[in-house]
Amino acid sequence: MRYATPASAKEAAGMLSKEKGAAFLLAGGTDLLVKLKMGMVEPDLVVDIKRIPKIDQIQTSAKGFTIGAAVSGSVIGQHKGLKAAWPGVVEAANLIGSDQIQGRATLAGNLCNASPAADSVPAMIAAGAKAVIVGPQKKRTVPVEKVVQGPGKTCLARGEVIEAITLPKPEAKTGDAYLRFIPRTEMDIAVVGVAISLKLERGVVKKAKVALGAVAPTAVVVPAAARALVGSKLDDAALEKLAAACSAACNPIDDKRGTVEYRTRVAGVLAKRAAKIAFQRAGGAL
Amino acid sequence: MSNATLVSTTVNGDPVQFACPTDESLMTALRNRVGLTGVKEGCGTGDCGACTVTVDGSLVCSCLVLGVEAEGREVTTVEGLSQDGELHVLQQKFIDHAALQCGICTPGFLVAAKTLLDRNPNPNETEIRYALAGNLCRCTGYDKIVRAVQDAAKDMRKASKKRR
Repeated sequence: MRYATPASAKEAAGMLSKEKGAAFLLAGGTDLLVKLKMGMVEPDLVVDIKRIPKIDQIQTSAKGFTIGAAVSGSVIGQHKGLKAAWPGVVEAANLIGSDQIQGRATLAGNLCNASPAADSVPAMIAAGAKAVIVGPQKKRTVPVEKVVQGPGKTCLARGEVIEAITLPKPEAKTGDAYLRFIPRTEMDIAVVGVAISLKLERGVVKKAKVALGAVAPTAVVVPAAARALVGSKLDDAALEKLAAACSAACNPIDDKRGTVEYRTRVAGVLAKRAAKIAFQRAGGAL
Repeated sequence: MSNATLVSTTVNGDPVQFACPTDESLMTALRNRVGLTGVKEGCGTGDCGACTVTVDGSLVCSCLVLGVEAEGREVTTVEGLSQDGELHVLQQKFIDHAALQCGICTPGFLVAAKTLLDRNPNPNETEIRYALAGNLCRCTGYDKIVRAVQDAAKDMRKASKKRR
């Protein structure tokens, strides 16, 4: 196994695209090293992106935030500006694993691992996050919901590297929230995850985006759930419609953490709770 | 067979060089090449926390870090906790509270607890339990560990008041 530390994302993309054998990108390594240990992957080349300047930093601008692909969960959790702007995204990122995992795990890595139950992915989708993808030739920006195409599958072409995740500057009166259900209090994989962001105008929901995790092969955007909220002050009728739309969007599997029926039901329950949190964060009064 | 790479790093404040295969974990390199066997292998997949160290101040499972990634970084292991032959107060409190039996998980708990107390000198029980959720103990249970950390935190707060 060769180990390389490129100085730019473009150089990393070049290395990955030119490699004839099995090549893997290393950021936090919390998924890759487990696969290495289990013998699930046998890399000829590992490209560690952590030496790329600024890739471990969060940049703030008038447009919003650019979170480098090697920024760890613990750095995200300590960033006051990001926490104030997108608390749901920060909470989702910080729900992943232990403090030790948080010391390394990244948003871009959670996205690229493409697990249906990835906690940060629905939260990023609801917040309107985009992935900045650098290839050997060109750079493109793709909304997070378009990146994952199935369990373990992404839209990245050979040699393409996610350089950063961007989050917009939230509009006035915007709030977001992410809730997940697990059988334990900590350190488990989501049975259901629900992310909601919404914008208020005069106390009424003007815009909303709802995304579910762990209830389908990829995270699911639920426009009908968003429509249930728009125009409401989160009255019981709107919340019931939201729950029904979320449950209807579920296409889950049965496993040891929960049955199809259970996941479908819990998606609706969690959605109602997440909507209330997002609503209050946007300045709404319940 | 992976190529061996020379790695220059700092471990517990001392400059260290070792040559390791590129696919070797930092945990294995610290144990077998640097001789720091306080770093324990439990699961090898980041679930149990027995191999916990800090790299540039971040708490990590050293089984999920490649040895070659340590180039130019600062690594701290449980061996870096004691100063001038004196146990760190956390280590002493683990003994006083009998917060260990077999001892395999202890180094990881100590490094994680030290990192917690550096960030939050006065954690409540819930905060301690969450901060140590990445460290598994299969013999003593967690109550004695939590009490040892609370007691150590108390002494450390007193000591830092005195210094001021």
